[in-house]
Amino acid sequence: MLEKLPTASIGSVNAAERYDWDALVQEDRVHRLIYTDPAIFEAELTNIWGAVWVYLGHDSQIPNNNDFITTKLGLRPIILIRDSAGKIRALFNRCTHRGTTLCRKERGNAHMFTCPYHGWSYLSTGKLRAVPWPDGYACDFKDAKFNVAQVPRVDSYRGFIFGTLNPDAPPLIDYLGGITGPIDEWLDRNPGGKVEVCEANRLKYRGNWKLAYDNSGDGYHVVFSHRSLLEMENRLADEANKGMSYYKGSPDSKAMYMRYTGNGHHFKDKRPNIEKRAGGLWAVEGPAPGSEHIEADFRRRFGARADDILDLAGSEPVNINVFPNLSLLGNHIQVFDPVSVDETDVTWFGTRVVDADGTLGDALGEINALRMRTQEQFPNFGEVDDLANFEEIQRGLACLEDEWVYMHRGLGIPGRIKTDAKGEVTAPATDEAFMREYIHEWKRLMKASPKLVVQREV
Amino acid sequence: MQPARDPSLTSYYVTDTFYRALVASFADWQRDDRAVTDVAERERFRALIEREARLLDQLNFDDWLAMYAPECIYWVPGTPDGGDPRREIAISFDDRRRMEDRIYRLRTGYAWSQAPKSRTVRMVSNVEVFKTASADRRMVRSNFLISEFRPDGIRFLSGWCGHRFVECNGRWDIEVRQVNLIDCDQNLRNPSIVI
Ligand code: FES
Ligand SMILES: [Fe+2]
Repeated sequence: MLEKLPTASIGSVNAAERYDWDALVQEDRVHRLIYTDPAIFEAELTNIWGAVWVYLGHDSQIPNNNDFITTKLGLRPIILIRDSAGKIRALFNRCTHRGTTLCRKERGNAHMFTCPYHGWSYLSTGKLRAVPWPDGYACDFKDAKFNVAQVPRVDSYRGFIFGTLNPDAPPLIDYLGGITGPIDEWLDRNPGGKVEVCEANRLKYRGNWKLAYDNSGDGYHVVFSHRSLLEMENRLADEANKGMSYYKGSPDSKAMYMRYTGNGHHFKDKRPNIEKRAGGLWAVEGPAPGSEHIEADFRRRFGARADDILDLAGSEPVNINVFPNLSLLGNHIQVFDPVSVDETDVTWFGTRVVDADGTLGDALGEINALRMRTQEQFPNFGEVDDLANFEEIQRGLACLEDEWVYMHRGLGIPGRIKTDAKGEVTAPATDEAFMREYIHEWKRLMKASPKLVVQREV
Repeated sequence: MQPARDPSLTSYYVTDTFYRALVASFADWQRDDRAVTDVAERERFRALIEREARLLDQLNFDDWLAMYAPECIYWVPGTPDGGDPRREIAISFDDRRRMEDRIYRLRTGYAWSQAPKSRTVRMVSNVEVFKTASADRRMVRSNFLISEFRPDGIRFLSGWCGHRFVECNGRWDIEVRQVNLIDCDQNLRNPSIVI
């Protein structure tokens, strides 16, 4: 049994009333304040990072009972734990006594947490277990208010774990809606339809978190922001077809497309640009440490099957963006974490292939090693340049009198953007249609007055 | 020894056997019973490491690369214990071709994370040399402090390096350089210089 308690809202910003949101977010442009105003950021911590389903972590990071990782929901420190009965919980990493964090490790296995400050201890369910010298207290420690606060709704979709503090949010599956199709395809290209999270390329930039989400589906920036990467990865190629080379020339006439699937989620599908055959993906993968050796070795050992295996080290050409903080691209699980109005962590978790039914046999270790190397390429040689550009946007937005940021590419051109019966919007790859759609969803959320709650074991 | 195939163009040497040997040689190597006490030998490696630091500060990448054996690795682990690069993402794990990629990219003029280029000054110290099982290989530990200036300020990167040197035709080449940042498992801002 769990008791629901409203979170104290004394002093919190009533975002709905504070701004004229329709003035800040217009059809073709947004005001600089949405990236620079600390009060808007503060409001987002409730209206976005709390009121919607936020990605917290992956099943494979906590495979066993009592396994935990520490993470964040907005700025709230969270212990994401599979409790001793196997239930996944997102505990506030906050002692109910005086508020210190209970756990300072990044990961581990624990059936209880003992507060370092005065020794109160809690079970992995969040329930208070004991306090030192209880005869000094007149209260009843069985009162639920002494159990650790936790995220009332935690749910997962195929290994991706989300949480929300909003009792009125739709079920996770409805929130994800049409974006589950691309997620399924992204997983199902791996043996058993599964991946395992491994270490990450961890980056940060001095800029608002939405700059990263604006960019997550942006096909317009590729040949400019990533020019050094494209030149680099094609420097030795006979045919300049490596990586995202298909953006060169006239990208909007290519078969790739951008689709907005609702609730802030969107999907850039570049797969139609790649030859649809075994080995098609591997053929356009840029050079990586070990490439030629493993390719030759696999062709000798596995014959025609080698292409299928090599494709597992190729970067899947999709961007699957789940509002507000999850992005699946290539083989990465990328997570956006706000730190402050102008600081954001961007963590590129790598993924490994798992081969539960043994179809890969002794190729597993080698294909994963190669997959590590292909995954290191983009954060090293691509993402760093985007992050530099995000920082320079934040700097540019200090021009107080130049108020507007435009996202109107594709807007108003007859026949260019198509909306289907389900309401999904499809546009050419360089269009900013997805940006306009998601930022209008953001506006809708910012106008709302969600009543967030935590719960505690009783 | 010259490899059969040019490692600047193709990557045949990063094999399973290579990884295994790499991980083994970077495990449990800083042992007192293998420490080299001979002052001249320690000086020799200290001079090499100081020269490497200077070349990187001067962005003299051609001479820097020439300090490396043909089949080499530049490795910046993302975990404090180094980890196993076969199973884990590293911050960087470059073979020779990817080291050359890295330099090529920095020279395109379109690497926005390095426009303008960082100015750096590196301090290296605490150099210790260790014997290995083979007479033509040495492991060297050194500490570093990099001061990096960008237009918005100066920051510091610090940590320690593990160099694996190999003797070839009477000269000592760098075969592997493992760069261990003290904050390697944290989110890093603009890690675009050669560390
Ligand atoms: S703050 Fe945790 S026991 Fe006092
Ligand atoms: Fe990009």
